[in-house]
Amino acid sequence: MSIQTHKGVIGTIVVNAEGIPIRTTLDNSTTVQYAGLLHQLTMKARSTVRDIDPQNDLTFLRIRSKKHEIMVAPDKEYLLIVIQNPSE
Amino acid sequence: KTALNIKQTFNKKKNKKELERIDKSHPDHIFPLVLTSATQELFGCRADEDVTGDDPYRLLKKEDIIQDMKTRAAISDFSPIKQAILDYPEDEILLVFDRDFTYGQSFYLVLTVDAKESMLRSPAEVDGEEEEEGESEDLSEIMVQKTPEPQAWVSLGSEREIEDESLMDTRPKVRYSHTYTIHKRNTHHIHNTQLFTQLCYKVSRLRRETGAPLHFSDYSTECVECSPYQDSSFSTRRMERASGVQAVPVTSSSSSQTVWKHKRNMWTQYQPRVLDEEEKENILLSKNLKNFLNSVTLRVEVAIQQNIIMNMFVDDWRDLAEEVPVLGGKANTQLKKYQSFTDLNHSKNKTISYINWHPAVSGVIAVAVRERLSYEERIDSSTKLLLNPALILFWSFSDPINPQLMLECPDDVFCFEFCPSDPNIIAGGCMNGQVVLWDISAHMERLQGARAGVGGKNNLHGNTLVTDTPVVRYCAVSGIENGHKAPVTDIQWLPDTFEVSRTGIPLENKNQTSVQIVTCAPDCCVMFWDLRAPRVVSQSQIDRKQKTEEKILDNPHGVPNTFKHLNLTWKPLIRVTLPKVDGRGEYSPMKLSLRESLFNSPSGTVHVQYTVNISEHIYTDKNNVSICQDGEIVYTDWKLEKDNESGRLFSPKPTHCFRVHDGLVNTVLRSPFFKDIILSVGLWNFAIWKEGVTNGPILQSPYSQKNCTLGFWSLTRPAVFFIGKEDGNLEIWDLLEKTHEPSQTHTITTAPITCIKPWVISVKQQLLAVSEHLGTLHILEVPRRLLHPSSKEKLNVSMYFEKEVERLIYFEKRQEMRAKEKREMDAEEQRRKMEIGAVSMKSVKEAEQDELKEWEEYRKLENLLLKNMGLLTESHDPVES
Repeated sequence: MSIQTHKGVIGTIVVNAEGIPIRTTLDNSTTVQYAGLLHQLTMKARSTVRDIDPQNDLTFLRIRSKKHEIMVAPDKEYLLIVIQNPSE
Repeated sequence: KTALNIKQTFNKKKNKKELERIDKSHPDHIFPLVLTSATQELFGCRADEDVTGDDPYRLLKKEDIIQDMKTRAAISDFSPIKQAILDYPEDEILLVFDRDFTYGQSFYLVLTVDAKESMLRSPAEVDGEEEEEGESEDLSEIMVQKTPEPQAWVSLGSEREIEDESLMDTRPKVRYSHTYTIHKRNTHHIHNTQLFTQLCYKVSRLRRETGAPLHFSDYSTECVECSPYQDSSFSTRRMERASGVQAVPVTSSSSSQTVWKHKRNMWTQYQPRVLDEEEKENILLSKNLKNFLNSVTLRVEVAIQQNIIMNMFVDDWRDLAEEVPVLGGKANTQLKKYQSFTDLNHSKNKTISYINWHPAVSGVIAVAVRERLSYEERIDSSTKLLLNPALILFWSFSDPINPQLMLECPDDVFCFEFCPSDPNIIAGGCMNGQVVLWDISAHMERLQGARAGVGGKNNLHGNTLVTDTPVVRYCAVSGIENGHKAPVTDIQWLPDTFEVSRTGIPLENKNQTSVQIVTCAPDCCVMFWDLRAPRVVSQSQIDRKQKTEEKILDNPHGVPNTFKHLNLTWKPLIRVTLPKVDGRGEYSPMKLSLRESLFNSPSGTVHVQYTVNISEHIYTDKNNVSICQDGEIVYTDWKLEKDNESGRLFSPKPTHCFRVHDGLVNTVLRSPFFKDIILSVGLWNFAIWKEGVTNGPILQSPYSQKNCTLGFWSLTRPAVFFIGKEDGNLEIWDLLEKTHEPSQTHTITTAPITCIKPWVISVKQQLLAVSEHLGTLHILEVPRRLLHPSSKEKLNVSMYFEKEVERLIYFEKRQEMRAKEKREMDAEEQRRKMEIGAVSMKSVKEAEQDELKEWEEYRKLENLLLKNMGLLTESHDPVES
């Protein structure tokens, strides 16, 4: 995938609606961990947004940490997770 | 008298008036009568003549009145009161002239004696009163408090009212008295007696009833008791009352123990759900996924790029803090004295010529000590000097008294350097032109141990205290005839990235070790030395080495054999001379500053371009007779060239030469931050140069009063450098702060400073080693302000340099312009001068012609006038010439 070739991108994961990883560039254990945790977080975030305004919906979720940034793009059925380390 | 009288009279007057008012109908004792004028005359009481208002009283004799009555009988004025007069007791009757007609007539007669008396008495004051009538009215306001004197009460009929009202006894009081006898014996009756004026009834009990209980006739009951009883009016009970009520919930806490029979997870073992491969494939190929990816990719790419554009891990807070200058007191800005080293044995009467920090072992500093003698003195005491060898002392912070190590030198060492790749090897240049090498690998442990242990007693190796400092002899020294002919003033190791071949072509150094040294001396030579033995004898060198291993005993001084091959036979690799720019001779270099730049070319070969900066010494070479004391900065892009004619290698002329310093140039140093900025320190001033800028120095300091002995860049701050002075002052210059004077000056000592070397121990600590002419080494701690550069310091400094360069360029341009202008101006002047010359010539002629014309005109006019006036005769014809 072309996203993978961007500068600083460590890994990409595609997750389905149930949180099961479909496609990934990382190793299995890491993938499973990321998929499970981020899926739950995305659900929570989405429900938060919709509780505040039912017309609204979550489009993008970014988690910035000390070491890198995790970007989650949710959709109706799937979830795209990208981990980037921009300081490289 | 007057005041009292006034009051009295006023009162009296009032009284009188009141009296008169009351007695309008004349009282009994006053009888108004009319007296005819005849009667008046008779009795001498003519109205307004004998009796006046002021003197109204006239006492008439009774007998006279009676006689008058008798004579005139009925017509006598006194007839109405005939009887009263007759009854009058006294002889004289008062007649009062009633001016005011108060009683209706003009006269009245006072019929009673008392009235007469009173009248006569009061008029005595009434006269006075009437006199002062006018005044009393004015003075009536003045009231003087005076108790009125009691006067005889005159009954005026008010007693009857008083008597009516007053209570009086109509009959005398009846007096009852009751006696009872206590004792039965004494009983007596007392009858009514008429002795008292009052009726006195005495009541007494019959004898027989004495002492018996009393019986009253109308006494019906025993006694009327007035006993207390409960009054119901006071015992009412309030049936209703209004009061406030607060309802407080009653809470109580209680506990009970229940049985908890709730299932709870202890732990769970789980496994992630994983899709089968088939399912995965299906999904991957599904259209949904494609749509999803298409829609999402854009967002994700934007986000990724955002992160790349801006570094999100920048801590703004921390960056902000760096820019804030540290507000510190003197402690932050002053150099603090850390330690100082003096060796009594070895550095007495000596001066320190060079300092170097040990690059590997922190806290160890090496000091080159040499004699403080001038040339003649040296010659005089040369024998003595031979006995005391020159030394390089190694000091450690742990032991300020004894040096750790001493390196023996053949002669006084002017400068020395540690090998950058192997700190055990030290190369030094001596006063006699020799280059010396030491190897101290055997003593590295000692140096390191000395640093680690402060006390020195707890030696890990259990060695006994070494009180004697080991002396290490040099292991290699260049041949005397091969070396320099003058003291070696600067020695530098070539960095380990390149080396120079015999022909002068720089090559890449495959070994990654520094093996070559460059030295310079005032004998107009720059020499390149190689540590390795020449290849020709490499074979034999190995053999020799083996041999020497066998012959260890032959080594009396315990010198390591590292450079045995070079000893006494060492020759320089290349000898370079530097001809002067104008070809008149050669330069005598004092200090070298090398710069190397490596270019990575894709082909793999390395091109090295190095430049050499040399500063000139005081005395010149052999060819030139004159001795120029100017210090010059010489910039060469050195490369040995082959002379086409003779085939000899010679070095080209330097490209630039600047005469900036008026005296010795003792330091030429590159900035550790900018490779092309060079600091050069002369005798009176210093200058900063930038390579490539050939107009002049970027910055030239003002001439200082004291000689500058040397300078050094700060290792941590790009804009700071230190200048040592002849009077022992250390100046700290900060280019970003002030450029016309040092930002700080510290007095370290009184002797001239000979060397400055900073050393970074850690981020927070930096030490500055300063050596002075008297042989003491001072270690100072660099204050915090000079440790850390401000965040943009390097940028600012480079900008500053660029600005200066621009200024120089502009300056030159201006000069050119000025020159051009001047030329133009001169040319113009010239032209103008010529023009004026031509013009002036022309104008003279013109002027003459004009004058002639005017003269003719005048003549004509004259003629005309004369004609008109008729004076003109034929003979006065205008003379026309």
